[in-house]
Amino acid sequence: MSRYPCSGMRKKRPLHRKIGIFLICCILMIWTLAPIYWLLISAISPSAELAAYPPHWFPENPSFERLKSITLGAAVRASSMQTMARPGVFFRRALLNSTIVAVATTLICISLGALSGYAFARIRFPGRKTLMLTPLALQMLPPIALVIPLFILIQHLGLTDSRLALIIIYPSFLLVYVIWIMTGYYQGLPKDLEDAARVDGCSRLGTFFRIVLPLSRPALFSTGLLTFLLAWDEFLYALVLTTSRAKTLPVAIGEFSTQFGVDFGMMMSGGLLASLPPILIALLFQPLLIRGITAGSVKG
Amino acid sequence: MSGIKGNRVSSSSRTDTIFAYCLIAPSLLIMIGLIIGPLLYAFWLSLHQVNFMFPGRRFMGISQYLKMLQDSAFLMALMRTLYFTVVSICFQVVLGLGAAEFLNREFRGRRLILVLIILPWAVPTIVNGTLWLWILDGSTGALNHLLMQLGLINEEVIWFGKPLLALNMIILADTWRMLPLYTIMFLAGRQSIPEELYDAAHIDGAGAWKSFFRITLPLLKAVLLVVLILRTLHTLRVFDIIFVMTKGGPAGGTTTITFLTYFTTFKFQNFGYGSAMAFFTALATLALALLYIRVLGQRGEAL
Repeated sequence: MSRYPCSGMRKKRPLHRKIGIFLICCILMIWTLAPIYWLLISAISPSAELAAYPPHWFPENPSFERLKSITLGAAVRASSMQTMARPGVFFRRALLNSTIVAVATTLICISLGALSGYAFARIRFPGRKTLMLTPLALQMLPPIALVIPLFILIQHLGLTDSRLALIIIYPSFLLVYVIWIMTGYYQGLPKDLEDAARVDGCSRLGTFFRIVLPLSRPALFSTGLLTFLLAWDEFLYALVLTTSRAKTLPVAIGEFSTQFGVDFGMMMSGGLLASLPPILIALLFQPLLIRGITAGSVKG
Repeated sequence: MSGIKGNRVSSSSRTDTIFAYCLIAPSLLIMIGLIIGPLLYAFWLSLHQVNFMFPGRRFMGISQYLKMLQDSAFLMALMRTLYFTVVSICFQVVLGLGAAEFLNREFRGRRLILVLIILPWAVPTIVNGTLWLWILDGSTGALNHLLMQLGLINEEVIWFGKPLLALNMIILADTWRMLPLYTIMFLAGRQSIPEELYDAAHIDGAGAWKSFFRITLPLLKAVLLVVLILRTLHTLRVFDIIFVMTKGGPAGGTTTITFLTYFTTFKFQNFGYGSAMAFFTALATLALALLYIRVLGQRGEAL
């Protein structure tokens, strides 16, 4: 965590300050972790215990049945097995859809973003500034303004309720971000290596693929992570453009209550699974993520 | 693809330009096809009466915009959106500044807290909404149970019973998820301020509050401005958390602009009128976006 150099003052603190700091830490941690704890607990509590009063802050009989039914497609052991098997299948397909859509979107954004970023960083061409700034403004347009025409367009193309439709559309609001990060990154790369390669007879494109791309792997990886998280989180487009087969996990969770009656246990199980990839990414790659988040606002 | 041959260093700028355009062409196509095109189409739709329940369209000119500006449902949704945006951002900025200031100190366990504090932001928006809906549930929710066990309340509070209370509960859920973002941004900004300034102020007898208002806030201005504009842009379009928590209720009390637009368009199938609302939102957003770009441009970043 060397990203957080501490603020010098290392003198001894009086006791009441120490207690004050400890208390604030406690509040901060309870505020941060209590809801996540409850998400986890609700996901592994049997339905009967979820409705109990006094509440079971820790389940007496933790059960992974619902999680299993979502991930492995196993039917939930219950009196009405048929009806309980359906939510599992419902969520499982959504999990698959979300994964495919988010991964494909990320790959598209990373490849196109790297190419464009390189052009913006290394070549002075007419229209460069306009082409950098205009998309920045456009990308901030609210999705609601675009989803209506896109809905009609997708219908005309016969792509309603397909993962392909989402994979085509998601880069439109994620790409600019990747381009900007990559442009900044390439501008920070020393040009000497590329110049040397060019002198040795390497073409511009060859230089890009053989010299620049390998060097930019870390940057591509960290922007890729953020792109994945944002694609994983997207809701409005997926809600409007999918109806059943291609539903992503957020849509499945968001619509679950209306389809199967309010079953918070199932919703929390789906929610936990939807949260796991981003939470793991946040824990494992935090410095990379923070660099990506702050890139737009803080220099360096 | 003539630019690729370039076996000499001093390739003419013309081939360079062609090469550059080849590189950005795919991205450009996506932008034009999926943003500019649809935006123009949305404008065209907003000038027509398009309702898929009643086939056939009619040119309406700007009459749908005029209707919108007199539509109390729209104006109320606009007010609610502004309330949501202003209250949640004020709340989040103040808490974020406080958390950043606190985490900028040295104490034991700080590293662990820095790692954990980002977690709410990693929880997907929809899951966040569902989770808080469950925590705040009237009869079996954890918050009511907790408050009752602690003896703070005698009977269950219906958190989503009244419009304003429901809206505030959505703000609470949104704040829980978004606070890490503010904290991280402010902390990064705070750490770029040289510590000598504080040492000097300390020697001059300035207290913690004075240092905060005289040094931290002014020097965080740039970060603050960017965060404010970006967050305003995102909060104004609030939709998913409302969809999952209240569906715009109770009694329409949490219906925001985006939710109303969604409902008008996809539930009432009134594509023309919905497009008018959507296009109005787009224009308002674009004005803010241009402001943002000017701010960035003034700081000469990345150009």
